[in-house]
Amino acid sequence: MKIARVIRFIPYFIVFCVLPSSSRAQVTSERLLHSSKEPQNWLMYSGDYAGHRFSALDQINVSNAATLVPKWVYQTMAGGKFETTPLVVDGILYGTGQDDRVYALDARSGRPIWQYQQTLPVDIRPCCGRVNRGVAILGDKIFVATLDAHVVALDSKTGNVVWDATAAEHAKGYSFTLAPLVIKNLVLVGVSGGEYGIRGFIDAYDAATGARKWRFYTIPGPGEPGHDSWEGDSWKIGGSPSWITGTYDPATNTTFWTTGNPSPSNRGEGRAGDNLYSNSLLALDPDTGKLKWYFQFTQHDEHDYDATQVPVMIDDGDRKWMAQANRNGFFYVVDRTNGKLISATSYAKVSWSTSKDATGRPVPDKAGAPTPDGNRVCPGALGATNWMSPTYDPQTKLFYVTAREQCDIFSTAPQPYEAGHAYYGSAYFPNDDTQPFWGALRALDPATSKLKWEWKHTSPTWAGVLSTAGGLVFTGDAEGNFIALEAASGKVLWHFQCGASVFSSPMSFAIDGKQYVAVAAGSALFAFALP
Amino acid sequence: MFESRRDIFSKLRRNRQKARAIAARIIVLALLCAGGLRLPAQEKNPYAGDAKMAKLGEYQFRSNCAFCHGLGARGGGRGPDLTRAQKHHGNTDAELFHNVHDGIAGTAMPAATNGGIGVGMSDEEIWQVITYIRSLEKKTSAAETGNSAHGKELFYGVAGCGTCHMVNGKGGRLGPDLSSTGASRSIEYLTESLRNPSKRLAEGISEPLKDFSQEYETVTVVTSEGTKLQGVVLNEDSFTVQMLDTREQLHAFEKAKLRSYEKTRESLMPAYDTKALPEKDLKDLIAFLLAASEKGGGQ
Repeated sequence: MKIARVIRFIPYFIVFCVLPSSSRAQVTSERLLHSSKEPQNWLMYSGDYAGHRFSALDQINVSNAATLVPKWVYQTMAGGKFETTPLVVDGILYGTGQDDRVYALDARSGRPIWQYQQTLPVDIRPCCGRVNRGVAILGDKIFVATLDAHVVALDSKTGNVVWDATAAEHAKGYSFTLAPLVIKNLVLVGVSGGEYGIRGFIDAYDAATGARKWRFYTIPGPGEPGHDSWEGDSWKIGGSPSWITGTYDPATNTTFWTTGNPSPSNRGEGRAGDNLYSNSLLALDPDTGKLKWYFQFTQHDEHDYDATQVPVMIDDGDRKWMAQANRNGFFYVVDRTNGKLISATSYAKVSWSTSKDATGRPVPDKAGAPTPDGNRVCPGALGATNWMSPTYDPQTKLFYVTAREQCDIFSTAPQPYEAGHAYYGSAYFPNDDTQPFWGALRALDPATSKLKWEWKHTSPTWAGVLSTAGGLVFTGDAEGNFIALEAASGKVLWHFQCGASVFSSPMSFAIDGKQYVAVAAGSALFAFALP
Repeated sequence: MFESRRDIFSKLRRNRQKARAIAARIIVLALLCAGGLRLPAQEKNPYAGDAKMAKLGEYQFRSNCAFCHGLGARGGGRGPDLTRAQKHHGNTDAELFHNVHDGIAGTAMPAATNGGIGVGMSDEEIWQVITYIRSLEKKTSAAETGNSAHGKELFYGVAGCGTCHMVNGKGGRLGPDLSSTGASRSIEYLTESLRNPSKRLAEGISEPLKDFSQEYETVTVVTSEGTKLQGVVLNEDSFTVQMLDTREQLHAFEKAKLRSYEKTRESLMPAYDTKALPEKDLKDLIAFLLAASEKGGGQ
């Protein structure tokens, strides 16, 4: 009788205990390490740890891209810039929206499963819009970093808050806008606030508890190497935020993060020196936050040339590179094992630097510094590119980047520091050039830094780029078009009018063998597929 | 440098505290008198005529306003000239304060609060900016003293402006409506627009989240049927164009389907040199535009 009773329960045991764990595997750190094995999913902001923003899916390809159609649209119903790159895990899409909205959608239909919104205080200090660029995932938790400088873990099934960690004082100008990066059991974030005289940092939180495991200040304190690159007390309010998601090289257990402008952004007076580690590439030990090496792109910057562009890992045979098309107009290739510069070549119009130091690094011209009456410098304050992601396509071996051709007149004015108040000491405005500003999608060969092709946009755009194994690159424009081009040639194969500017970087996923490409534009998230 | 600047500002801050204490007393008194009625917003510039405050205001102006209004407040592509004594949206301290603090609905002028202009200005800083603007205001210039009645005759007569431009509901549609241009553009800008219209093309439609407005570029297309059309670009993207032809007909085309598509930054408007428009006539025309806008043409 006893045995019969046990046997009766076996089916229940199978249904409740065995099946769920086998059919819906948890997102383990192992899965994140091997994201290329599951191209149907998009497991982190840039798609993989290397920062490639490349999808190995090829169902949508050069031969059929012209037939793409929208499959669903999700509306956030919020105003302002919509910058998210969603994740897709086993058929569920996780995205963010303006004002720190977070949502889970059925990735096949776009129907919401849960929605969350951070309760934001009135005295937050978002410099440039109430934006968020996405989430990270580990286990059954979704991680979002918010405008009030919190890092929040949400239950991936319900959207309920699991833990909520306060990183810094939002009223003093600290905020988060980036998608976090999960490495092992840690959630890594970098802070925004370069317009408010913050002291920048990169933090790591225990994914299980929300306890802060380490903090790396992007400005060295007294006694630390590099501290003497700041004049007087300027280091305390020197900015150097780190507001774009980093990358990770498991082979050397190194995570790469980039930093933004020194504060005040357009006034060097009062902060004499190189201002380390502003506008730099940082190689950190993800377990401890210890700095392994750094490479500074722009020393003593006075033009707001944040280096906050995703640092992209490229392997060329035995050579291990880090490539970045920088906001300052140069395309840098750095040896990512030691931080040594390999090459720096302009990929857009540049006038702030006309000479290089012994290592080949471009150095700022004194004549390019902002003046009270204004000084015309290229690129303009918004940069030759900005935070929108580039992509590296391992098939074409090309690096694709959104370039902006705009010069500005940089003027400067003294500005006192006041906690939580604007601190940029400057203004910039478009110059009087008779030709209008424009933009382009550019394909660069990292081996030679040469331009392979370009496709001109009608005006400068804020859309990032996705490459796919279908021989395609996808990008958007300020006029609202989402565009598919042939990766090898730059030939436009398809375009769709989304109704408002594309202010985000696209991604791709698949459900039941059907490939989708998704992009945020206006206040809506669009998913496209073959008919 | 840093420390000394801080000293100056800590002094200013102490003065501000004093001012705040006085203001608090006044508020209490006013509340007592008015029986608890709500006070209107501050109406008078507390820093009026203070040269130091004007200097601070100039710094604030550079950081927060110059992007649209230009260095020296002489007007940019988007923002009007603020050195003119007569301002389109109000001249009093209270009106200026309100316009900066809250923005101007229906225009590109945003609120100076967080998330508006730059990264926000405090009330004190707004008053500093107003002090600065007041220090720049010019007396009526020679051009403003032209004969506006004669200017109107020229506009709708021999100068031919009214063929393409509308003022207060009368005129053509091909060029920008000029009803409020007199109030918002500097005399120098207006002069340059007449003498050399291609140098700086006027701005047309501006879309949310797009960095730059569409300009009045000249376009010539040949349709798939072989019809040649010339006009101004009302809007365009990489794949389509929306235009108004010289006969004031609206057209929208897919660029790929056109037989030819040519766009230039040479304005359709003729350049009025001193032969076509002597200096005196130019002044009269400008006087007409100023007078027209003062009658509330833009509203």
